[in-house]
Amino acid sequence: MKKDSWLASPFMVWVLIFTVVPLGMVCWYAFTDASGAFTFENILKIGTYWDYLKDSLIMGAVATALCLLLGYPLAYIMSRASWGAQQTMMMLLMLPQWMNFLLRTYSWMTLLENNGLINNILGRIGLGPFHMINTKGAIILGMVYNFLPYMILPIYSVMEKIHDSLFEAARDLGANRFNTMRRVVFPLSLPGVITGITMVFVPSVSTFVISQMLGGGRNMLIGDVIERLFVGAAPNYNVGAALSLVLMVLILISMAVMKKFDDGEETGGLMM
Amino acid sequence: MSENIISLKNISVSFDDEVILDKLNLDIKDGAFVTLLGPSGCGKTTTLRIIGGFQEPDSGDVFFGSERINDLPAHKRKLNTVFQRYALFPHLNVYENVAFGMRVQKKSEAEIKAKVAEMLKLVSLDGFEKRRTSTLSGGQQQRVAIARALANDPRVLLLDEPLGALDLKLRKEMQVELKRIQSRLGITFIYVTHDQEEALSMSDTIVVMNHGVIQQIGSPTDIYNEPENGFVADFIGESNIVDGIMHADCDVEFCGTRFECVDTGFGKDEEVDVVVRPEDVIVVPKEESGLRGTVTSVTFKGVHYEMYVNVPGEEEEWIIQSTVAQEEGKEIGMTVIPENIHIMKKYTGDYASDIEFE
Repeated sequence: MKKDSWLASPFMVWVLIFTVVPLGMVCWYAFTDASGAFTFENILKIGTYWDYLKDSLIMGAVATALCLLLGYPLAYIMSRASWGAQQTMMMLLMLPQWMNFLLRTYSWMTLLENNGLINNILGRIGLGPFHMINTKGAIILGMVYNFLPYMILPIYSVMEKIHDSLFEAARDLGANRFNTMRRVVFPLSLPGVITGITMVFVPSVSTFVISQMLGGGRNMLIGDVIERLFVGAAPNYNVGAALSLVLMVLILISMAVMKKFDDGEETGGLMM
Repeated sequence: MSENIISLKNISVSFDDEVILDKLNLDIKDGAFVTLLGPSGCGKTTTLRIIGGFQEPDSGDVFFGSERINDLPAHKRKLNTVFQRYALFPHLNVYENVAFGMRVQKKSEAEIKAKVAEMLKLVSLDGFEKRRTSTLSGGQQQRVAIARALANDPRVLLLDEPLGALDLKLRKEMQVELKRIQSRLGITFIYVTHDQEEALSMSDTIVVMNHGVIQQIGSPTDIYNEPENGFVADFIGESNIVDGIMHADCDVEFCGTRFECVDTGFGKDEEVDVVVRPEDVIVVPKEESGLRGTVTSVTFKGVHYEMYVNVPGEEEEWIIQSTVAQEEGKEIGMTVIPENIHIMKKYTGDYASDIEFE
């Protein structure tokens, strides 16, 4: 193994140039002022952006919860289907992902507009028009639509490995469908659930494209704020970097909590 | 002991036009150790799965005592299964695996604790409560699977080739252990295996199956000593099966030699199958028997030598077992005492190909 480790060197160089160096720059900006002197000012300024941060965390959490609610049953059904049906469902799930992310989100704009397709159809049967675009609901919809596959895939991949004989063993021991679900399927799928939550929550919290396109600039998320601080009319790299850092730390903390939960389950038997 | 606990009536199953079970009838007595024995594909596992409720028969009835249970789902049947690959829950430790059934029934913690302790003691795994199942050896996992199935107090325990994955020594130990557990609990065991030796050493009753049809039901000694047809004789142990002609009661001719036997009731000059176990062949000087052949190979097997003998005019070589080795190439005479000659009605199938169906 040891002598093959040079094979990883291209990747190491890549990581150094595109991860370590930029991260160092973010840190440097976050702890300096415009003249380059060390300061805590920028970090302390995050108080003024607290509402955006809070909104982002809440909407990210709602989107993640919805993805779990929609994705979990689907992952279960997929994992128990015949091989052919599994392939078809996987295809249907991945197909929209092959289209550009921006295009997909644009199409939601035209669907949700006040005189868009949905209101048009509803109008014909005498309903609406409903105000849907530029709301928090539209942003959450965009997050769920774009990130749902990242919830389904990890859950599906752990569920698919649950052998049929475990279902039979549970039934044999007197468990009905509900009990089999609660006592066998759910605990065994937990690692997938945790990966899925992380994979949906992280991009949801930090998105700015979805909130700009479906939120119409009136429902700014922390991602939008950071973007403006870098490329807006009055750029301030130092505060932008500080906010990025805070967001990153918050995400790391939430992932660590999740991971802890997962490990606890894994070794639960040993600790008891 | 005399009541039937499980009865199968006219059970038929087929998959994709292939007949798996053909109008099977079987009564299993309460408290018995019954083994379903046959090559794979004979329908023994399907029979077990029908009793367990994991598979529905195309036609026929399943009775538990006097109650018809065709429509009773698996989780409501008063029987439990030890699965071929154990099927232990990987997320639970030994204690929780054994407790699973009782947790589902919402038994009290104290009751669960006492029962788990009792069950683990029964399978000699006390002290293993906190272990994860993945850290156990195959034999230990098998014991957990048995304890888990028995913790629900089933009246019938179904075992689907439970020892198949264990090595020979462990398998022998577990055979003794299973028999001990069964006689101690006094419940019915229905055991599926393709290993005739396992069947012979554990069962009260053996059900020999082939192609979805029961070939013979009987005690191990009946099955071994009085096989009803050539398939049973061949499957239950190595045998010499040759064509014979029954001249009269107790007078049979095979390999060009007349022998005295103990079978009666065949038609005059009826063509029959004659079965002789390898250990029942007695080697004599060639002048003393009409049944002669040349030794072609000698293999040391531990307790005895196994020898193949080419008998002129016979398609198959005879196989004989003896504690005395003969020289390869030597011409010997062979004889059999009347009690060890088993006469059976002609079996129309091909034994060899039936067994290789496995």
